[in-house]
Amino acid sequence: MHIPDGYLSPSTCAAMYAAAAPCWWAALRRTRKKLFGRTLPLLALFAAFAFVVMMFNLPLPGGTTGHAVGVGIAAIVLGPWASVLAISLALGIQALFFGDGGITTLGANCFNMAIAGSFAAWGIFRLASWGAAADSRRRVVAAALAGYGAINFSALLAAIELGIQPMLFHDATGAPLYAPYPLRIAIPAMMIGHLTIAGAAEAVMTAGLFSYLRRNEPGLVGLGHNQSQGQLPHPSQQQARMGHPRRLWGALAVLLVLTPLGILAGGAAWGEWAPKDFADPVRRAQIKAASGRVAPPMAAPAGVERLAKLWTAPLPDYAPHIVKSAAFGYLLSAMFGVGLILAVAWLLQRITQPNSTARPGGAP
Amino acid sequence: MSVGVIAKTMRGFSEALEATLAAETTARGGGALQALDPRVKLVGLLALVVSAALSRRLAVMAALFALGIVLAVASRLSLRGLAKRVWLVAFAFTFMIAAPAMFLTPGETLWRLPFFVGASVAITAQGARTALLLLARVETAVTLSALLVLTTPWMHLLKALRTLRVPVEVIVLLAMTHRYVILLAETANQMFESRQSRMVGRLSGHEQRRLMVNSGGVLLSKTLEMGDQVYLAMQARGFRGEVRLLDEFRMRGWDYAAMVGFAVAAVMAVVAGR
Repeated sequence: MHIPDGYLSPSTCAAMYAAAAPCWWAALRRTRKKLFGRTLPLLALFAAFAFVVMMFNLPLPGGTTGHAVGVGIAAIVLGPWASVLAISLALGIQALFFGDGGITTLGANCFNMAIAGSFAAWGIFRLASWGAAADSRRRVVAAALAGYGAINFSALLAAIELGIQPMLFHDATGAPLYAPYPLRIAIPAMMIGHLTIAGAAEAVMTAGLFSYLRRNEPGLVGLGHNQSQGQLPHPSQQQARMGHPRRLWGALAVLLVLTPLGILAGGAAWGEWAPKDFADPVRRAQIKAASGRVAPPMAAPAGVERLAKLWTAPLPDYAPHIVKSAAFGYLLSAMFGVGLILAVAWLLQRITQPNSTARPGGAP
Repeated sequence: MSVGVIAKTMRGFSEALEATLAAETTARGGGALQALDPRVKLVGLLALVVSAALSRRLAVMAALFALGIVLAVASRLSLRGLAKRVWLVAFAFTFMIAAPAMFLTPGETLWRLPFFVGASVAITAQGARTALLLLARVETAVTLSALLVLTTPWMHLLKALRTLRVPVEVIVLLAMTHRYVILLAETANQMFESRQSRMVGRLSGHEQRRLMVNSGGVLLSKTLEMGDQVYLAMQARGFRGEVRLLDEFRMRGWDYAAMVGFAVAAVMAVVAGR
């Protein structure tokens, strides 16, 4: 996944540097206050650790071996912003000193692995471990998912960057000038390896290191209080910075009230057409306008027609039939949807942790 | 197989440490690029890498590659070492990616493979050009990047990054990370060496996985402990939260001439490569 020099056009490289720069700046700003204290050597050492762990050959089921990037454990232990810096440093050393990954493509590699990877890992871990007790098995599974999801998200971004090259950069004869494969080849080619080998390596390493830390350095992964002074905050502390759960409930209520804004959007969402839309002249004009002036077929494709009958939504068009006001229908649907998600989350928590009612401190 | 994974990992560490040592040795040797101001070298070679990336002509890339070889010879670098560590590695990786493009890229048929009866498998002119462009561009870029690393001591390279407005915190972090990469790689190597010397028989896949993950865990514990120790050591030496880099670089006549040379080569490559 380390894209070397020459695979991406200079303009793509510049765009990726431009996309990564504000994230680096924000990460530096957020850690700068602590950066000239104990955090400075710790961050450098964690980056060095990530670099070394990338060299571990990890045996995987099936007889093959893979390498982890370390982004999963970095995001869980350091939090996303410090992880952005640590993994970027490791990638920077790899590119500058060891020639692994290019210098012109360093922005893209850092964006994919350090930035998107860190936030994906952190988000997945938070989501999958939401409501789980600090010592529950679900947290280990969440760590594995975080590593797996992060590495695959990074790979998908790299595949997209490589896959758009032949579309955008080719000579007069049509020969691609940089990475030669279009998206339809680049995405499966990249993802097959990552969904299997690289993803498994990252999942095993993240879950294994998480378990190890939980046993031996519990303060780092949100257990106990033995975290030494000045060490980087772990996610549970970061959550405390995010504010009291009541604020989150308040934000959710505001979002619910705002859901009728969806009515303001004109036409139908692209690709979400109903079979009857193909026969409606107004809808047809909207589809054509939204599809680069390409007219839709006169009748709905047979597959769409057939599959549309498979399932009828209980609340079609975000409003039950008995409700006449569209805004009220939106609100009702939003409340119903949120309630359903909360119920499923609660049910999952009950199933996975039957004895978790006495969760310490109520921290997720 | 039981020692295969450990041996493979240890070989990786040895190669990395060997490459580091080789780079430090050549960077301190006498040669044309070694004598240059690191700031000129960094900006100049980066400009050449970018011009190789911008070029759409094989001839221009070949010229830049030839310039790289001339600079390597003038810097007393071993061409055999470059071929082994840089050119062959880049070729093997890129060829695997570029080869299918010769067949998959649509275009005029250049040569139809005779072995496939019934199916049309052919190299297209566009496909061949794409594959050659990719190979040439990658080889040129890695050669020029390698020249930078092989002729510049790491600390000088980091200080030169200030020219590109890289924040001082990042430079300090990169310097520390590099130092501890070497130390942690050495530590991990010793851990695996000691484990391997105590091991008899074969380990199952599950046991091997556990061994590697637990080794990673121990290394992480050591890393965090070392972080605290390093901070205390820094404080003991007077670190109070401020970092100053000594700017010892001085531009001389040769540096100005080289700067002009790099600029001319880069501009010519960009113009001719369009």
